[in-house]
Amino acid sequence: MPEPLTAEPGNPERGRLVVRDLGAASCLICHAMPIPEEPDHGDIGPPLHGVGARFTPAELRQRLVDPKAIDPDTVMPSYYQLEGLRDVLGRFVGRTIYTAQQIEDVVAYLATLTEDP
Amino acid sequence: MRAALTLAALGAVLCGALGASAQEPDPTPRPPISGYDYMARATQELQDDDFVNPGFFAIDRGRRLWSEPAGASGAACADCHGAEGEGLVGAAARLPAVDPQTGALMNLEGHINDCRESRMNAEPYVYESEDLLALTAYVSHLSRGVPVAVAVDGPAAPFFEQGRALFFERRGQLDLSCTQCHDARAGQMLRGDRISQGHVNGFPIYRLKWFAMGSRHRMFEWCNTSLRAEPFAPGSPEYLALELYVAWRGNGLPIETPAVRR
Ligand code: HEC
Ligand code: HEC
Repeated sequence: MPEPLTAEPGNPERGRLVVRDLGAASCLICHAMPIPEEPDHGDIGPPLHGVGARFTPAELRQRLVDPKAIDPDTVMPSYYQLEGLRDVLGRFVGRTIYTAQQIEDVVAYLATLTEDP
Repeated sequence: MRAALTLAALGAVLCGALGASAQEPDPTPRPPISGYDYMARATQELQDDDFVNPGFFAIDRGRRLWSEPAGASGAACADCHGAEGEGLVGAAARLPAVDPQTGALMNLEGHINDCRESRMNAEPYVYESEDLLALTAYVSHLSRGVPVAVAVDGPAAPFFEQGRALFFERRGQLDLSCTQCHDARAGQMLRGDRISQGHVNGFPIYRLKWFAMGSRHRMFEWCNTSLRAEPFAPGSPEYLALELYVAWRGNGLPIETPAVRR
């Protein structure tokens, strides 16, 4: 997914804040990340240290927008996808988990994670 | 000869594979492990000591309600089921079950309210009210140590199938099903929670996150809304069927009420 979703380039500092927002289906629910000020990182998915070195921004964007395009059975939610969902809780109907700008900000942040723990 | 053998072996493998796709393999963890074993030591200690376990406030309240006359009948639960509840030891381990009179699937809460309405001429309790939780906790506690043994054959079979389908259905904005967490990922960390196998042998539980007791259906509601899925109503046919399936997954586990969870 090489094309950014927004005209405004992703902002990595904002992306880090987006990911820390625990009310917003945070990646920390499932992944360890180099964010030591937040306790209790999950271990459902692999640690995200070093993902910026392992994946291009285009690959990271695909991962966030719709990881089911890569593996339909994954438990990782699609953060920018409305298709195929059922029984969505009222206040989230018709809304993606992240906005387009939030996706770009998080992609920009992940791209800075070039070091293994 | 060799070729024939190989072909026969290949045939067997193919048949096996076809068989497996016609009938999904059952992913239920065996033997079942109680949620207790997934808790931190400090939480287990809260559960272990009846004098500090906060669930006992509900049990004490339930014991009081047990012998209090209610409704126009002026009867108390104790009048029909024994002063110490001896008539209902083991009941919680067999529920939910199909009621032979009506053909409906009924859980413990349903039976308590049915007694109030049809035998005591009393108002049914509101689901999740303090009184219903207290009586449910008291009656479940009578079965402490009794292995869960719900029946899922005969008249229960269609409810069981409905519950199973709900357990495997991906729902909500996060598009996840019960099985993806509680069959496949028990033991892994979801933020600060260690995911258990999702059994109901400890309910009603005292949940530290809630600072309160909660029923089995409240827990289903919590898991559903965490996935940003529209929950069903407590006491709804959907949650009753799901309760039957989930209880069956834990057949053999001892009733632990009142369990303490994170
Ligand atoms: C409910 C669990 C869950 C959540 C929430 C989640 N992920 Fe994932 N993620 C996974 C799993 C599991 C994998 C492993 C591959 C797979 O199954 O798709 C994964 C894989 C990844 C990968 C590939 C890593 C690698 O080394 O292969 C990236 C990058 C990633 N996730 C980023 C994120 C980001 C960023 C967020 C939040 C915006 C997030 N994930 C939220 C479960 C989750
Ligand atoms: C994204 C992960 C996830 C999904 C999906 C999920 N749950 Fe849970 N569930 C949890 C967590 C975390 C807890 C709290 C820790 C624990 O006890 O497992 C929990 C607790 C429970 C418990 C309490 C277990 C005990 O010992 O007290 C039950 C019962 C349960 N879930 C049933 C369900 C059912 C039924 C569904 C589907 C409607 C479901 N869960 C979907 C994560 C999930």
